[in-house]
Amino acid sequence: MFSLSPEELEALQLSLKVSFWAVGISLPFGILTAWCLARLEFPGKVLIDAIIHVPLVVPPVVVGYMLLLLLGRNGALGSWLHDTLGITVGFSWQGAAIAAAVMAFPLMVRAIRLSLESVDRRMEQTARTLGAGPVDVFFSITLPLSGSGIVAGTILAFARALGEFGATITFVSSIPGETTTLPLALYSLAQIPGEEGGALRLMIISVTVAFAAMVAAEIIARRVRRRIAGP
Amino acid sequence: MSLTVDIRKNLGAFTVDAGFEAGNGITTLFGKSGAGKTSIVQMLSGLMTPDTGKIVLNGKTLFDSASRLQVPAQDRQIGYVFQDARLFPHMNVRRNLEYGTRRRKKQGNDAPKFDDVIAVLGIEQLLDRQTHQLSGGERQRVAIGRALLSSPRLLLMDEPLAALDAERKWEIIPFIQSTQREFGIPAIYVSHAVEEVLQLADKMVLLVDGGVAASGPVEDVMNRPDLIRVTGAGDPGTVIPVWVKDEGVDAGVARLSFAGGEFRVVATGLEKGTRLRLRVRARDVSLATSRPKNVSVLNVFEGRVTAVSDDERPQAEVSIDVGGATIWSQITRRSLHELEIEPGSNVFAMVKAVAIDRPAIRT
Repeated sequence: MFSLSPEELEALQLSLKVSFWAVGISLPFGILTAWCLARLEFPGKVLIDAIIHVPLVVPPVVVGYMLLLLLGRNGALGSWLHDTLGITVGFSWQGAAIAAAVMAFPLMVRAIRLSLESVDRRMEQTARTLGAGPVDVFFSITLPLSGSGIVAGTILAFARALGEFGATITFVSSIPGETTTLPLALYSLAQIPGEEGGALRLMIISVTVAFAAMVAAEIIARRVRRRIAGP
Repeated sequence: MSLTVDIRKNLGAFTVDAGFEAGNGITTLFGKSGAGKTSIVQMLSGLMTPDTGKIVLNGKTLFDSASRLQVPAQDRQIGYVFQDARLFPHMNVRRNLEYGTRRRKKQGNDAPKFDDVIAVLGIEQLLDRQTHQLSGGERQRVAIGRALLSSPRLLLMDEPLAALDAERKWEIIPFIQSTQREFGIPAIYVSHAVEEVLQLADKMVLLVDGGVAASGPVEDVMNRPDLIRVTGAGDPGTVIPVWVKDEGVDAGVARLSFAGGEFRVVATGLEKGTRLRLRVRARDVSLATSRPKNVSVLNVFEGRVTAVSDDERPQAEVSIDVGGATIWSQITRRSLHELEIEPGSNVFAMVKAVAIDRPAIRT
């Protein structure tokens, strides 16, 4: 029987918590960003698009270091947060969530943007002739019709957040019980001779969680699609 | 209801430059595809912005380029029925129908009631269905119901029957007639099909290349000889208002009275006293200069030639006034010369009873 040790359970719970918050907090911004990129034409759109995609193309360590410079205790934004609001994100699970959110953001935005672009604009126009204003149209027509893409984007981001390593270890280090998520725990064990068995167990846990997330995403996306288009 | 439209819009390929007025009842925007019909209703709805001009509905300005006024579509209270129904796929029929009701600006007592609308449109059985389970005709009825239930001051219908086959079309037309009778919401009906116009429209705005070529009562516009190339669509004819004198007791031949006499047509099931519109195609009308004897043709009318088309084609259209009604006859230019027919001539117009289509029923 495959039962988890307290350390493994702790790492798993922490991973889920970090990923959950990373995705939960960034989803509204992800939808807003995707909507702006899909629907608006504004100067500097290409630049914004490029900036969002930076975490996808630079090494994660670079992103982690950028976060450290920006949000660390002595960072530009970090010192202000500490001095005025008493918030410290460096070396905490919140910091890990921020690192995971930044890394997962481009994947989320891409998936949601694609599904927003595939929404039939004529449905939105029809809603307007029935008395719905722009915000109303967004929530009653656009969002439900792009539901499968939003679900896909969210789960994809969640899976990416679960697997986050480079930016996390650079930004918030590996503090057991605080920032040591599954991949970080796995890395530590892999460094210690004789702990191959523990590393293998963590690997299986990681793969199982990620796999379950992807299957859940597919099931939900299918259900949403069927509700919209019929079987 | 009063709608005053005077709008211009450059659409690249052509320019819409249209001015017309519409009142109660159904006004049809009639014209070939590419005449600018859809662009005009889009501008009325607020989904498209004219370059310049003015749109006033019931004394309220909806668009005025001079004062930069543009009421957004959601605040115009103008219902829109699209050619492709456009039911929301993520809602069932009931929620589609209620979408506009929940958003309408004020709850007037004269607003169409949910139960009345579904009864008139015969969609009571469909309420819990998903939209993909509906047939084309059902979808269109739900779309009409949804627009009515947003309690519009004006209803725009953009070729709502064009995507349906001929049989379905004839099924839907009575529903449109009864919604008009029950709820009396003024409508702009876009069409390029003469038979729909005859069934539904009171007034006609004839569009050619983005501009208004003529407007007025349907009979007046359809019967103008100078517009024959536009209204005829390759098969010109005139529209004659008639009423049923008796309903086909005489061996299946009904007698229909009109200003110039009595038409006999093959028709059954017509109710005595019903007002109808007959469309008499020019190619079904032959002419004689003296009263014909021993002919099988049941309808022979004496009349006076008012106009003869004078282009170079081998066939000519002769416009004949029969007691105030207009009948066109299409004959060869050769016959025209042999019979010496010209404006002012007295002629006998002959129309075969079997040549006349099922008359359009006007309610």
